[in-house]
Amino acid sequence: MTELSTAVPEKVEPPESGGPAGLRSIKRLMQATELDTRLLGMLGALAVIWIGFHIWSGGTFLTPRNLWNLSVQTAAVAIMATGMVLVIVSRNIDLSVGSMLAVVGMAMALFQAEILPDWIGFDHPLTWVLTLLVGLALGAIIGAFQGAIIAYVGVPSFIVTLGGLLVWRGVAWWMASGRTIAPMDSNFQLLGGGSEGTIGGGWSWIVGIAASAGIIALLINNRRQRRRFGFGLRPTWADTAIGVVGVGVVLGAIAYLNRYYLPERLAMRRFEEQGLAFPDGGANISLGLAYPVLIAIVVALVMTFVATRLTFGRYVFAIGGNPEAAELGGIKTRFNTVKTFALMGVLVAIAASVQIARLNAATSGIGQLSELYVIAAAVIGGTSLSGGIGTIPGAVLGALVMQSLQSGMVLVGVDAPLQDIAVGFVLVVAVAIDSYFRKRSST
Amino acid sequence: MTAETMPRTPLVEMRDIRVAFGGVHAVDGVSIDLYPGEVVALVGGNGAGKTTLIKTLSGAHKCDSGQIFVNGEPVSIDTPRDAKEYAIETIYQTLALAENIDAPGNMFLGRELKTRFRTLDDSAMESAARQVMGRLNPKFKNLKVPVASLSGGQRQSVAIARAVHFNAKILIMDEPTAALGPAETDQVNELVAQLKAEGIGIFLISHDIHDVFDLADRISVMSQGKLVGTVNKADVTKDEVLAMIIMGIPPGQATESDLEQLHD
Ligand SMILES: Nc1ncnc2c1ncn2[C@@H]1O[C@H](COP(=O)(O)OP(=O)(O)OP(=O)(O)O)[C@@H](O)[C@H]1O
Ligand SMILES: [Mg+2]
Repeated sequence: MTELSTAVPEKVEPPESGGPAGLRSIKRLMQATELDTRLLGMLGALAVIWIGFHIWSGGTFLTPRNLWNLSVQTAAVAIMATGMVLVIVSRNIDLSVGSMLAVVGMAMALFQAEILPDWIGFDHPLTWVLTLLVGLALGAIIGAFQGAIIAYVGVPSFIVTLGGLLVWRGVAWWMASGRTIAPMDSNFQLLGGGSEGTIGGGWSWIVGIAASAGIIALLINNRRQRRRFGFGLRPTWADTAIGVVGVGVVLGAIAYLNRYYLPERLAMRRFEEQGLAFPDGGANISLGLAYPVLIAIVVALVMTFVATRLTFGRYVFAIGGNPEAAELGGIKTRFNTVKTFALMGVLVAIAASVQIARLNAATSGIGQLSELYVIAAAVIGGTSLSGGIGTIPGAVLGALVMQSLQSGMVLVGVDAPLQDIAVGFVLVVAVAIDSYFRKRSST
Repeated sequence: MTAETMPRTPLVEMRDIRVAFGGVHAVDGVSIDLYPGEVVALVGGNGAGKTTLIKTLSGAHKCDSGQIFVNGEPVSIDTPRDAKEYAIETIYQTLALAENIDAPGNMFLGRELKTRFRTLDDSAMESAARQVMGRLNPKFKNLKVPVASLSGGQRQSVAIARAVHFNAKILIMDEPTAALGPAETDQVNELVAQLKAEGIGIFLISHDIHDVFDLADRISVMSQGKLVGTVNKADVTKDEVLAMIIMGIPPGQATESDLEQLHD
């Protein structure tokens, strides 16, 4: 028997039954492109929310300025949600991320504002890197510590991290006796993405073009891999369509965000700094992608890679699908749990840097309730609380949905209590719809 | 002395194995062995301790006391990884599949193929899975879906494929045909014969006395955690084995009336 004869292409069996012609061709399109229907559904929901608020707000929601702000506000929750996906997929939960954010944020603030200056002086060019490293290490240690109690002592993650939620919040207060630590190092502040903390229009285009090249390279590599083993290929038109749409969305988003310009006063100052005359008709200086957004995008890409291409990610899913099978397969499930929580801690540290940089201060109250937003983002993004199921892009979209709702309601002036009611309502409805479709598709 | 009569070392020898769960003596001083190219059937009623016994060999849990020898060497098997080191592969009664992962992912769980960049080589794993599956269950081609959406028989072929792919020297099959239709059962039985011919030693746990008599060279009978006895298939009748299973009567001691009782 040759290798090829066992690897018969088995793609695109046209559905025998089912709906009218239109529905059927949509189904065929979906099958040919192998797109994730749940993700598409979420994109649809997001579109509805955006257009709805745009109309309701009298045309301000979808302005470049508002979308730019939305992107910055989403970053911190999105960063943490990518880690929460893996935690929840492995049948655990982390309720402590908000309090951990406060401890790590507080530690980084103290380190750069009160400890480092004694050694290397104020505004040293290395301050931001050293601070970040301290934060990442601390996040990893706290995460690994909680993970070790869960894995080796056998206390359920719900309890360990519920304890963590209380303990770390208290520790954050105790670290500075409740003081507010400010200001942050001037380079460090850029991580928060103020008007200075962006990469500018030109670099945004470069990022966009690199991303486009990445999409095309992935599609080509995928075809090459499948051909190498003689598997059925996606039709060429489907791959082309995915490529065109993907590149179009990336470049379109960059073009649109780049239309958010620096306010005139700040633009003028920037010209002055460079010793140039400010043009009479005004100048349009694009802010471009904010650093926290760039960080969130990189985190999402790296985490997708970790979840789908590395054995660690495969094991997280295996443990979530069937812990006993994972154990019998020879996987070191306990150590894997420690690694999962350590990774969550690192992501909390990244989010904490973004947060304190944006506030230009740290208090023991930062990150309050963010555990709930992070968990909600992951769950709205299709992560199943019973474990084994979830995607990183889904969680990022979930974070975007949550933030869009909140920002939109602020924009149109919904009362704060009503905002909470709406977000809570959407969370439950989203999961209800998701589990309805999941049940239908599995039978 | 010819090669036939020379005392060979057994592939596996388990000596005086004991496992207790709380007060329950699930396995109570059982000794069994297995030679290359031999099929030893392990039979006994529900809860007799068969699964528990072989799990001490596959590294799924430790025995409280007793010794295991592989190729005559005393070994300690504490984890599933240890067992795999000795080329012991197991098809578990529960199949031990991660429901959310596809067939190739499950086949290679814990032993993934990697690219030179240390990332998962899914294409290579899929290709290997198709090759094994072409031999085991050629009709099953839908490999890239989570095993949760597979039929019982397909899931069982995934579990079997996993054991076969990694070139086991010692194969443990805990009721491998329990979820299979007659055609697939025949396929598995054929596979057992084929693997045996390749010199692999097989512990086969089964409740089907006909399959046992078709495939096994020797039969070890367990009852309530104890070994009733081990017999050569050629020396006994099905009724005698049934008497061992049901009444716990040691081999050769069943009387005519005992055997008649079986058929009441
Ligand atoms: N993890 C466990 N914890 C407690 N008791 C157990 C455990 N596993 C097995 N037992 C007990 O050990 C005894 C032997 O069970 P075992 O599964 O080995 O039987 P078996 O011969 O494989 O039965 P079957 O034919 O039904 O598969 C039973 O009394 C069972 O209740
Ligand atoms: Mg059993």
